[in-house]
Amino acid sequence: MDQYTLNLLVVGASFALYIGIAIWARAGSTSEFYAAGRGVHPVTNGMATAADWMSAASFISMAGLIAFGGYTASSFLMGWTGGYVLLALLLAPYLRKFGKFTVPEFIGDRFYSQTARLVAVACLIIASVTYVIGQMTGAGVAFARFLEVSNTTGLLIGAGIVFAYAVLGGMKGITYTQVAQYVVLITAYTIPAVFISLQLTGVALPPIGLFSEYTATGEPLLARLDLVIQDLGFAAYTMQDTSFLPMLNMFLFTMSLMIGTAGLPHVIIRFFTVPRVSDARWSAGWALVFIALLYLTAPAVGAMARLNLVDTIFPNGATEQPIAYDERPDWIKNWEITGLLKFEDKNGDGLIQWYNDRNANFTATAEARGWQGSELTVNNDILVLANPEIAGLPGWVIALIAAGGLAAALSTAAGLLLAISSAVSHDLIKGAINPKISERGELLAARISMAAAISLATYLGLNPPGFAAQTVALAFGIAAASLFPVLMMGIFSSRINNHGAVAGMLTGLIFTVVYIFLHKGWFFIPGTNSFEDTIAGSLFGIQSTAIGAVGAILNFAVAYLVSKMTADTPQEIKDLVQSVRIPRGAGAAAADH
Amino acid sequence: MSDKDKALAYWKANLRLIVISLIIWTIVSFGFGIVLRPLLSGIAVGGTDLGFWFAQQGSILVFLALIFIYAWRMNALDRAHGVEEE
Repeated sequence: MDQYTLNLLVVGASFALYIGIAIWARAGSTSEFYAAGRGVHPVTNGMATAADWMSAASFISMAGLIAFGGYTASSFLMGWTGGYVLLALLLAPYLRKFGKFTVPEFIGDRFYSQTARLVAVACLIIASVTYVIGQMTGAGVAFARFLEVSNTTGLLIGAGIVFAYAVLGGMKGITYTQVAQYVVLITAYTIPAVFISLQLTGVALPPIGLFSEYTATGEPLLARLDLVIQDLGFAAYTMQDTSFLPMLNMFLFTMSLMIGTAGLPHVIIRFFTVPRVSDARWSAGWALVFIALLYLTAPAVGAMARLNLVDTIFPNGATEQPIAYDERPDWIKNWEITGLLKFEDKNGDGLIQWYNDRNANFTATAEARGWQGSELTVNNDILVLANPEIAGLPGWVIALIAAGGLAAALSTAAGLLLAISSAVSHDLIKGAINPKISERGELLAARISMAAAISLATYLGLNPPGFAAQTVALAFGIAAASLFPVLMMGIFSSRINNHGAVAGMLTGLIFTVVYIFLHKGWFFIPGTNSFEDTIAGSLFGIQSTAIGAVGAILNFAVAYLVSKMTADTPQEIKDLVQSVRIPRGAGAAAADH
Repeated sequence: MSDKDKALAYWKANLRLIVISLIIWTIVSFGFGIVLRPLLSGIAVGGTDLGFWFAQQGSILVFLALIFIYAWRMNALDRAHGVEEE
């Protein structure tokens, strides 16, 4: 059986499974549509949360970012997991106790302000829509590479599948599909990693293999990697820049990712689906268990893929001659077709020279070796996708990677779409436009908003605005600077009032968005930026990706000061805060619906 | 003790647990993983140093432990203060 048929079979089987679950898990009420009837087991919810959370960026891009970023890229690992500690300790149990359906609903009730609720809806929609574009384009790439359909056809198929289970089943359908998608994506991610770890170190567990000996030379793997890439003019893999600003940027970037993670509405609403407050606590732990399986593996995948790549190009060591272009392995040929890997023979010797040609200290060495610029460009995103081919694994593993990449993109897209559509139907339509809408009417409105959100996401996926690649910074920045602080203050302080919350959210939001635009260009239009987005060129010496943490601090400070200067919160709000802090009575809160 | 005092005692115990957990959370990630890494560079781990291990593995493992210990301790606190769910 050829690879293409195999890909079709495996991806087709996974899709059939998702559709089957969609038909089985139809939603009959708004409670089922928004919160899966609050009947999801904490372990099941943990698994669904893991799939919801791990996007195309986690599955496809992160290992590549680590491979080429080395130690500095640890921010992604700590940031995207550390946020779950904040969720478990500071938000999830209390928001579950509150017992409503959306994040803006909590903000509107706690701060007794329709304005606060609408500002929260705006933050939620901007953060989620920018995030979903990346998922749709990710799904399109996976389709194009593995199923050899056009990007457009691929996207439409993906959107059709999400449409089937998200519109029919709402949160209930999405939850159980995400469980299946988690199993597909974690299997696809770990199998090639285990084989590569065995090949390089003889250790089956990749996180252990990363710190073991490289069997080919007997040195520790990371020491070997440091050595060979320095021979090619790159910075050592494990190197840390210990001067003040780089350290500050890494600190703030990690912090922004952590509080952004905890403030992303599509993650928070997953904790509304469990039966009890204590389940919300356990469930956050289980979510991190399932996430950690991938996040502990990713740094091993990154380092090993980088070493494998160097060894493929320089089979006799980085100080010897590289391989000839005509003798390159098949996987390089396969990825050249996609354009994600390119070779240009700059010095015309027929050999593949791959080194850091931007390192001024290395120019002399390169000239002495007759090199006239690095001849290979490798896109970050291909490392995970090409891993099974690099390791020479059988065809079904390659097919599984295709299904895994699609599962990661589609599961996250569905979670985001639910967050968007419930904000529209529950917060805008029922909350602001037509409060008297019937349960049936609201359910219909929820389904129509979902269909509209999918259409919008598909349109944006087909016509990605120029800023598609920049949007992650925007989504995390907004979640960190606007939503997380008011959610936390709403629970931990009964003194923060309506004016404080609105002023805080707007300050955090505007500061962060303006700072990002000043560095990335207004509305991401190239050339309209006033500052370069590097540590040296930026306004405060802080890169725009790390600014969300500063926005969050401003949000806290402004909310506190404005609340101090205006009237105290009414007694019923103090009572609400008290009731949210105590688990007893969570069942009763749910029964209101 | 009145209901209000009981609720206050429960909340104080919870805050104490949260503060301790977040101190550990800060030390392993922002501390060992970033700011304190140069101080730990003498401790070799698999071809690199302890700070690198914390940044790419250790902090995640500690996060996991923190959440489960918090859930376990809080469920015990709920019962001790009589505020657990029916």
